[in-house]
This record gives sequence, structure tokens and C-alpha cells, in this order.
Amino acid sequence: MDYLLNEQQVMIRDLARQIAREKIKPVAAEYDEKEEFPWPIVKILSDADLFGVYIEEKYGGTGGQGLELALCVEELSRACGGISLCLAATALGTYPIILFGSEGQKQKYLPDLAKGKKLGAFAITEPEAGSDAGSIKTTARKDGDYYILNGTKQWITNGGEAETYSVIAITDKAKGARGASAFIVEKGTKGFNFGKKEKKLGIRASATRELVFEDCRVPKENLLGKEGMGFIVAMKTFDKSRPGVAAQALGIAQGALDLAVNYARSRRQFGQPISSFQGIQFMLADMATEIEAARALIYAACRAIDAGSKDIARISAMSKLFASDVAMKVTTNAVQIFGGYGYMRDYPIEKFMRDAKITQIYEGTNQIQRDVIARTLIKEAASK
Amino acid sequence: MNIIVCVKQVPNTANVKIDPKTNTLIREGVESIINPFDTYAIEEGVRLKERFGGMVTIITMGPPQAEAALREAISLGCDEAILVSDRAFAGSDTWATSYVLSRAIKKFGPFDIILCGKQASDGDTAQVGPGIATHLDIPQATYVKKIEEIKDKLGRVERLVEEGYEVVEIPLPCLLTVVKEINAPRLPSLKGKMRAKSAQIKSWNAKDLECNHKYIGLEGSPTKVVKIFNPPPRKGGAKLTGEPQEVVDKLVSMLKADGRI
Repeated sequence: MDYLLNEQQVMIRDLARQIAREKIKPVAAEYDEKEEFPWPIVKILSDADLFGVYIEEKYGGTGGQGLELALCVEELSRACGGISLCLAATALGTYPIILFGSEGQKQKYLPDLAKGKKLGAFAITEPEAGSDAGSIKTTARKDGDYYILNGTKQWITNGGEAETYSVIAITDKAKGARGASAFIVEKGTKGFNFGKKEKKLGIRASATRELVFEDCRVPKENLLGKEGMGFIVAMKTFDKSRPGVAAQALGIAQGALDLAVNYARSRRQFGQPISSFQGIQFMLADMATEIEAARALIYAACRAIDAGSKDIARISAMSKLFASDVAMKVTTNAVQIFGGYGYMRDYPIEKFMRDAKITQIYEGTNQIQRDVIARTLIKEAASK
Repeated sequence: MNIIVCVKQVPNTANVKIDPKTNTLIREGVESIINPFDTYAIEEGVRLKERFGGMVTIITMGPPQAEAALREAISLGCDEAILVSDRAFAGSDTWATSYVLSRAIKKFGPFDIILCGKQASDGDTAQVGPGIATHLDIPQATYVKKIEEIKDKLGRVERLVEEGYEVVEIPLPCLLTVVKEINAPRLPSLKGKMRAKSAQIKSWNAKDLECNHKYIGLEGSPTKVVKIFNPPPRKGGAKLTGEPQEVVDKLVSMLKADGRI
């Protein structure tokens, strides 16, 4: 199948595929079991220049955009949906700087992020502010040349491991949603600490931690955009990053299908491989078809976004919604094809099902995605 | 430091098939790769560059499609590449091949170290590296498993031998052939692949190298391959079962019947 990728995109896909197959697949089960952060893989991805595939060359990247990132995340996720997150979540933390950073901020932060010398993270969620992001309580009070941050962020991917954090905090409570601002906060800043590392159902090679800010003084040069733009920064970031989550889901689904097809060919029951049964064949056919549809939607979304389309919220949300639902369905069916063996942790397939679930939840639950999509439809109709 | 790495493109297969009529390898339908032993030489060359600075030049002799091996080496960190290619080289044995490569290295100019894999996975002779050193009249160390130090134009290397390893001092310029114990080759980088795609590959033929025609190709090769064949697969031996005494008696009588004891 030709996806009309250019030369460089093919190189990225092939290189990520090689790393996934040779370096990630052999260690995926171990990292899942031990819940360790995959620093040796970070080094490999860094040496391979894959952290910078969506960053401009002048900032140390290789000049690609969202599609390049999606291709990379997809291939890595085929081997492990958790390990791929070290790169995908760094991109999520980096997009605010790409989209809203000043030239000085870009020059200061992007080269290290593009090289994978430092990891990034994005922090908006709080214990009482998930889908209702408007109710965040972390505050940033201006004090001379500094902002003083107080509050707790929750479930932050790459939390504790990353060096560079994009953090949303309230600068003006009275203004509601327009009173939020975005900041770059570096690990090691006084008053910035980490809470407990979460124990999770899946993506266990990925670190998820609380960020705790206690009178944390952040220089005012670290404000992204202007005061009050915090939610715009967050929403525009999500518009760009959701196809990345979709690509993670796609990779997980593809990886599960690869395993299911092989297993069906080798598992014999009633004197023949179970792949000879139409019941199994139809399942595999549906899985492959849905995966291909998800891939088409994601690549189309990336291309539209990369081409500079204006209203990208809808297609971006659609790609994340569809691909993650496909991933959950495909991985569940893959476990079914493995039967009793599939339920056992000695076999690799149950991990794919556990890893798939998060893609329906984070970076906006799939209910929020539907809300985003529906709102664009209604708004569009109303404006006619 | 000026480093040269010599590589060979080989068929990617453990089961090389041989054309019984021509006594040559059947290459059709078999993917070509860099000789696996040479990948350690490439990696060591790049590591030397990272340790001491300088540049790595990769050289191969082969048909035009061997350019792919050179581009791959560039994606792994080599700086420049030279393809030595001419129909007149066809049929060269290890002597003629090492002669041609030595001519290319002479044309290239001054160097500090030449690295080669210990042998190629198709011919398995391990002669071309030492042959190059001989033609160039420089010192050589084969089966190198570690380059300990290079200081004041003197290298200190460990050579893998059957009983352990030898530590050898060798003056530069020199040639080293390396074994797989020396390093773990890296994967290509994206920027390396992009550079490889657009890299200019120099191509030199017999005339460029001012080769003596008596020394190249089939005619210049003292080795004549009389016959190549796949050895017949080993047949399984007889298996004796039963009580130990019974089996031993049976074995002894069989060996006696066979005239072995």
C-alpha cells in the first residue's frame, strides 16, 4: 500500500520501524512488568534523530511536521504503546513552544527537545479539572520579574523524567477561562516538585506523576504568548497533538493485528490452524479494514493540519476518537483470537489491550472529542 | 585522524547457492548487504573519529550497485565514499582485489588507519585486509578486538587469539582487521540517512587508479577456482539403545566388524 509519503517520510517510518522491531519489541514486556522508564530507548531514539522529526531544521529538527511525528509514533507503538510515549508526550509538551513561543524561547528550548537531550511534558489536568479544564486551580501570581506558581497537576505523562514542562495556570481568577496563562517551567526550579508515580493499567513503561508547585518562582520570560492565553495555548496544542495520540492508537492496533494473524496461522484446533476458520478470518478482515480506515483518517488529518488548514479542531478530534475506538476494539478481538493464552501475561497480546484503553481517555476523553466535533458542526450551521 | 574503512557488499544469505557451471555465486533474487564483519569496522571508524576527530572515508570495490553499501555507511556516520568499479576488475581474486584497493588508497592520499572486517561472509578468506597492508607496505594487526590507545602515532590494540588475546603495539599508518567483539554497531540516524541520500560518491576505474593490467581481473589473479560445491549434508549416525552393557558390547562388535579396532 502506497500512502503517498515523500522520501523523508519513508525514511522516518522505516527507521522507526527498525528501532521498534530490533530495540523495543525485545524489551517491551520487561518494561511493562517493571514499570521502569525506558531511558536506554530514549538514547536510541535521540541518536536516531527521531525526537526532532516535527521540528524546524533551524531549531535542530529535521524539518517535518505532524505527519512525520505520526508516522514515527505509529511505528514505535506497534512494538510498545508505553515506550512510544516518551517521544509522543515530549511532542505534546513541545507544541506550545512551537506554536506560541517567542524566538528567544524557541532558541532556548527547542534544540534540546529536538535532539531528545531533554524530554518535555504538558500539564493542564488537576485532581478536580479533567474534562472540565476550565476549573483548574493552580495559580500564577505576578511578582516583579517572576510569576509565583502554586497548585498541583495530576497524571502528567513524562512527569519527573522530563526537563521542560508547559504548564497552564490561572493568572486572573476573575476572568474565568480567559484568566489562564501558559508557562515553561524547568525541572529543578525551586518550589517545583514531583508527587507519587502512578500505577497504571497499561502504558506502564511511561511515567505518570503529580507536579507540585509551592511558591515556585518562574521568570516572566517563561510566559508563553500573553497573559490570558492559557486556554488558547492548550486548545491549539491539542488540535496539533491529537493525531499523535491517534497514531499511538493506530500503532497499538496494528501491532495487535500483526500478532493475531501470526497466532491464528500457528494455533491448531480441530486438526487445522484456526486461521482456516471463517469466524477467525472475518474477525481479522474487520480488524484490518478498521485499522486501514483509521490510518487514512489520521494521515488525512495530519496533511490538512500540516498544510495550514484553519479549522482543524474537528478533523483532529475525529482522528483521535476514531483511531482510539478502533484500537480498543481491535486489541479486544486480538485477545479473543488468542483465546485463553491471550488472557495470560506470558503472551504479549493482553498488554496491547491494556495499552489501548488510555487512548480513549487522555488528551480529551472520546466523549470530549465528540463534543468538539458536534460543536463545530452546530457552529458552522448556525453561521450560515 | 584520517580513517579509511574498506567494505564489501555481499549477498544476504546464510545459504549461498553456487552455479555449478561457472563456479560463481548465484546472486539473482538475493538482497545485497554490507558484509556483517565490515559493519564493525565502520562502527570502529566512526568511534575513532568521535574519539580523536578527523574523518572517515569508506571504500568499496564492486559493481555500480555497491554504491548502496557506501550510502548505508554514510548514514552510519562515515563522511566520504569512494566506489572502485570497472569491468576490468571482474573475476579478481583476493590478491588482485587487495592490489586494486591499495591503488585506490594510494590515490586517496595520506591516512592514519585502515580498518577492514576480519573476513567477508561470502568468500570467508580473510585475505583482502592483510593483502592491502602488504601492497601498501604498512604494518597490520588482524582480529583486533579493542583499540586501547592511539598516541604519538603509535596504536595499542588487543588481538583476539584462540587462547585469549594479545596486546600489540603498532606504528601508524597501519591496517587493522576487526572482529565482532570490538563494538556493537549503531543504527543509522535520520540525519545520516538524509545525508547519505544526497552524498556525492566518487567513482574510480582502472584508468583512474593507473592499475597495471597484469595485476587485475581474472588474468591478474593467481588463484584459480577449480570447483566450488556445497558439501553433502551429514548423514545421521546409528543410534544404539538398551542396557549399558548391551550397548557397549554392540558398539565394540560394530567397531571390530568395521575394522576400526
